[in-house]
Amino acid sequence: MKPPSEIETAIAMDANPVAGIDQTKGDFQYKVDYAFDAGTGLSADTVRYISSVKKEEPWLLEFRLKALKTFLEKPMPTHWATKDLGNIDFQKIRYYLSQGQKPKRTWDEVPDDIKKTFERLGIPEQERKFLAGVEAQFDSEAAYSNIKDIVAKQGVIFVNSTEGLREHPEIFRKFFGKVIPTGDNKFSALNSAVFSGGSFIYVPKGVKVAQPLQAYFRINAENFGQFERTLIIADEGAEVVYMEGCTAPKFSTSTLHSAVVELVALKSAKIQYITVQNWANNVFNLVTKRGVAHEDAEIKWIDCNIGSRLTMKYPGVVLKGERARGEVLSIALANDGQHQDTGAKMIHAANNTTSNIIAKSISVGQGRSTYRGVVHIPKHLKGCKNNTECDALLINTSSRTDTYPAISVRGDRNATQHEASVSKVSEDMIFYMQSRGLTEAQAMSLAVNGFINDLARQFPMEYSVELKRLIDLEMEGSVG
Amino acid sequence: MSQLVIKNLHISIGEKAIVKGFNLTIKQGEVHAIMGPNGTGKSTLAKAIAGHPDYTITGGDVQLDRKSILAMQPDERARSGLFLAFQYPSEIPGVSIANFLRAAVQARMAEGEELDAAGYYKRLYSKMDLLKIDRKFTARSVNEGFSGGEKKRCEILQMAMLEPRIALMDETDSGLDIDALRIVADGVNAMRSSPASPGIMLITHYQRLLDYIVPDFVHVMYDGRLVKSGDKSLALELEAKGYDWLKQQPATA
Repeated sequence: MKPPSEIETAIAMDANPVAGIDQTKGDFQYKVDYAFDAGTGLSADTVRYISSVKKEEPWLLEFRLKALKTFLEKPMPTHWATKDLGNIDFQKIRYYLSQGQKPKRTWDEVPDDIKKTFERLGIPEQERKFLAGVEAQFDSEAAYSNIKDIVAKQGVIFVNSTEGLREHPEIFRKFFGKVIPTGDNKFSALNSAVFSGGSFIYVPKGVKVAQPLQAYFRINAENFGQFERTLIIADEGAEVVYMEGCTAPKFSTSTLHSAVVELVALKSAKIQYITVQNWANNVFNLVTKRGVAHEDAEIKWIDCNIGSRLTMKYPGVVLKGERARGEVLSIALANDGQHQDTGAKMIHAANNTTSNIIAKSISVGQGRSTYRGVVHIPKHLKGCKNNTECDALLINTSSRTDTYPAISVRGDRNATQHEASVSKVSEDMIFYMQSRGLTEAQAMSLAVNGFINDLARQFPMEYSVELKRLIDLEMEGSVG
Repeated sequence: MSQLVIKNLHISIGEKAIVKGFNLTIKQGEVHAIMGPNGTGKSTLAKAIAGHPDYTITGGDVQLDRKSILAMQPDERARSGLFLAFQYPSEIPGVSIANFLRAAVQARMAEGEELDAAGYYKRLYSKMDLLKIDRKFTARSVNEGFSGGEKKRCEILQMAMLEPRIALMDETDSGLDIDALRIVADGVNAMRSSPASPGIMLITHYQRLLDYIVPDFVHVMYDGRLVKSGDKSLALELEAKGYDWLKQQPATA
């Protein structure tokens, strides 16, 4: 084969939008009849209903009921978080809706009313193109779940949480609720009480999954709460990339999405977890995500938050084994009526562990973005390093950003560096771009894409393209 | 042949009148040098014609091919064939020159029309060769950390790629050493000799630039209007005598 020409190389280097989804792409709804419905409101009966339709073992029902109690006892964290949380009415939400508990293994078997939703979102097509396995969750349960034969033959398990509990209890139970205990926060308790769906992944020793596994979370029903529970275990020396996408139609009432995601990277394992969230702006998105990295292991969270009414999410890594590495790369875009309260947590618990946080936020119009970070390196450790960078970009004068970094590094044998910046898109910069023929919206969009460019380049191609498209669409409505 | 007609133009910043009845017609292919001391309104004129929001047009008209451009947004003016080479170009962090120009070229295409990437790079590279610009240059973020000379070269490259019919060049020579000046001038001269040669308004303080870009007309601006016009010899006269002798001249029509 002849080497690529200079021009071919240049084209390949371009981050040109060629595909991707748009912000309104998820804004549609097909009518679906649900065979299973826990009704509206939350009580012990709701929890019992969910547990019974899933035919769960008694210990799990106990676990759920205890979690419900914890949820009810815990106050809403409005003493530090936004008062908007108080607007969630837990008695007006539906906690379980499904057509059945067993996902289909082929798209042909998926009921038409659900299948057309995922076809419209392009999931089967993406699966064929570049994924090792897909799980597509529709409201409370996965409608489709499949893993390529070649990956399954390596012993990789990729099922939903219900199946994981039933078919692999010996692995599931060992790690379940250990990284994020029920009482971690009010919403992890809520999830523990009513969870349904989410992925269970186990990658055996030394297996490196070549293509990403993907989960797609779709909220279809109004006044609904989606509470998926994901548990990913990479055994010694294993490697896996997991990607999740999320959409919902835009309703006038609020919708709740409250997931718990636990990752365990055993010795020398690597887990990369990528989220591109594109929720409609009536969704309260309150998610707890944390991983434990053992000796020489690596956990990397790539977290892109676009859309939703309020997102509170601080992916974390507990660096439990020597030389473990943790990384959070996050991008948040807050438009009118949106509050992105995001950040990262790095808990160093062994010598020579390193962590890296790069967070970029963009506030548009009346949008508000908040960065909250925790970095903890105790005094008895040595050789630990942390790097934290948070950059905020304000588009309009009414846009808002806040930063709350909490970095506690004790002892004199550890190092940290922290940089933060706030910049504003200047009128002169926009005029300069306009004088080259770009519209004001195109100019804004280019400025925003430039701001996140160094971070977006580290994302897998398909996701950086999608992200760029989403930003273009967000910026289109932001001028005037 | 395109032409830019500036008719009795008055420009203010806030309450302050800066340009007070400016008249000039620039035809495609012509180079008009605008000279004059600091603070006489030369840069204001260029930026206001390009549509900068800080300036208010209080009277007169600017027409490109018999159509007034004053109601147009800056980007519409640009797409109509106007180009402003900035005295102080803005930095655009994270956006490469190649992607920026590509977006600008794409913005000139009809909706639904796709840019031919191979054709775009072929053209970009031929313009870069013409301007003696290294290939690595276009991978850098627009103007970020550029030297004065690099910024101006970046402006000229954009001008060459966008092929305007009328170009307003605001103090393109400021901050350039003699080598950079020569490279920039070579670029402009190469554009002048092409069939799509733009009409150029060349704003400068110094005669020096006019040794390299020889103007067809030289105009002197003072206190917001033109006070004298002539050919290139006027620039030499200004160099020798300064501007003071012109301050009492009546405005030319």
